[in-house]
Amino acid sequence: MTTLRRYFSLWLDLCRISLVQEMMFKVNFLLWIVVEALWFGLQLAFMGVLYRHTDSIGGWSKWEVILLSGCSQFLMQLVSIVFMTNLTNLSELIRTGKLDFFLLLPVNARFLISTRKFEVGNCINALLGLAVMAWALAELRHVPTVAQVCGFVLLCGAGLVVHYALMTMLATMAFWTVRSQGIVWGYYNLFNIARLPDSAFPRGVFKAVFTFALPMLLVSNVPSKLLVGRLESPREMLLLVGMAGLGFALSEWLWRRALRQYTSASS
Amino acid sequence: MRKYLHVLGIGIQNTLVYRVNFLFRAALGLIPLLGTIFVWRTIYGGKPPGDHVAGYSLAAMTSYYLLVTFVDALTAVAEDDWQIAADIKDGNISQFLLKPVDYFLYRFCLYVSGRAIYTTVALVPVAIFAWFQREHLVAPADLTAALGFAASTLMAGLLQFLLAYTSALLAFWVLDVSTFIFILFALEYIASGHLFPLDLLPPALTKLLMLTPYPYLCHFPVSVYLGRVNDADLARGLAAQAVWVVLGFGLAKFVWSRGIRRYSAAGG
Repeated sequence: MTTLRRYFSLWLDLCRISLVQEMMFKVNFLLWIVVEALWFGLQLAFMGVLYRHTDSIGGWSKWEVILLSGCSQFLMQLVSIVFMTNLTNLSELIRTGKLDFFLLLPVNARFLISTRKFEVGNCINALLGLAVMAWALAELRHVPTVAQVCGFVLLCGAGLVVHYALMTMLATMAFWTVRSQGIVWGYYNLFNIARLPDSAFPRGVFKAVFTFALPMLLVSNVPSKLLVGRLESPREMLLLVGMAGLGFALSEWLWRRALRQYTSASS
Repeated sequence: MRKYLHVLGIGIQNTLVYRVNFLFRAALGLIPLLGTIFVWRTIYGGKPPGDHVAGYSLAAMTSYYLLVTFVDALTAVAEDDWQIAADIKDGNISQFLLKPVDYFLYRFCLYVSGRAIYTTVALVPVAIFAWFQREHLVAPADLTAALGFAASTLMAGLLQFLLAYTSALLAFWVLDVSTFIFILFALEYIASGHLFPLDLLPPALTKLLMLTPYPYLCHFPVSVYLGRVNDADLARGLAAQAVWVVLGFGLAKFVWSRGIRRYSAAGG
């Protein structure tokens, strides 16, 4: 317990430092919030346009899909807040040899590298995602039960772990290739799949890959379905939680393997 | 002229270094495309067979997105805007002010060579993808459509470059242009017909958008290919595109001449 407390207070310190740094460029800080919100608006506009020409996509109504978009946005922003920048920087740490510094500190190196910079600005956009979900729930005239909300929070946590594990594995590739700046760009393409309703995809290779190998069709679909009561069986929930556990274990294994053959640079 | 050919050669050599990067980029870009196509198929699947959405059959809709990918590979700027902004910020353009090389033409040569290499590399995954989708692929409507497509894609490329060049010149005035570039990119993404054919919007909105240069970056060439533009509109559209290119060129030159007065040649 004391370890957990120590890491939590360490994380709070990192957040505080990030906030101070961020406030040095206030206009830029605000403009980034606008950029992210604009892209979210685009996705919603796309869904709005689709539903001008149809009433349902694979059994999903317009507001259910908007709720899904909101959930996907919420998760993506959480990933951006905590991990995205940090994992993208990993290749730079490896290239310059600055990683040595983190390995020498008396804390878990993976923890420090994954959470060093806290992106304050994305908090606004995460809240925006939640607001859109609330709006969609109101349009659907659906009041989720306490159990549904609790389950939703837990499943979002599992979704977050899946995203984190996949991104870590991608970023860890930099130990072998040194360059991996393409990660963010590549990952945005995967995020795009996460906001689409799973039933729009026929059984086949595509669906299998994005359910079992890169579980993008689970991360925001399962929590959203639970929240609106569309979930037919608890199997999908178990699958998402299982994928989160498996993903995390795999990423930890890969991380350790990669560290073992790290030779440092310029020292 | 010879010196610009040389720049073209250097550009090709430089971008060839990134060929694997390009291949990954093009292949990964197909994932969301495939997602969108699946969603459209599901929408068409829920309708009576042979039904159209805003005049698009399923084949036309699939072709629309594939053509967008193709036009995008041919015309989209990759790193050009970031590099131009960085050149200004780091004071690298000073050398162009002293040498008999025009920075605009220099950048344009680099853009052309980058696109040539990217398209060649991207053609591999896109062609494989198109082959899998071949039953939903339509050929150009007729010879006029094919020629019109070629001409309008060429001008779309010019417009893309002018847009990137001019927005990167904002670096003369602000320290960090990335947010502005992303905002412009977001606008372009929706208003140029990247996300969906613009005819799916309410007609009044489509008309309004056609008054801006955005549809001429992507939606217009693709519509020409699909034979959705009649001869009179084709002529008018190409003329409008040409006018936008000229205006864009004028604006780029104007912004450059104003910017250069503020230029402080940071870093010597």
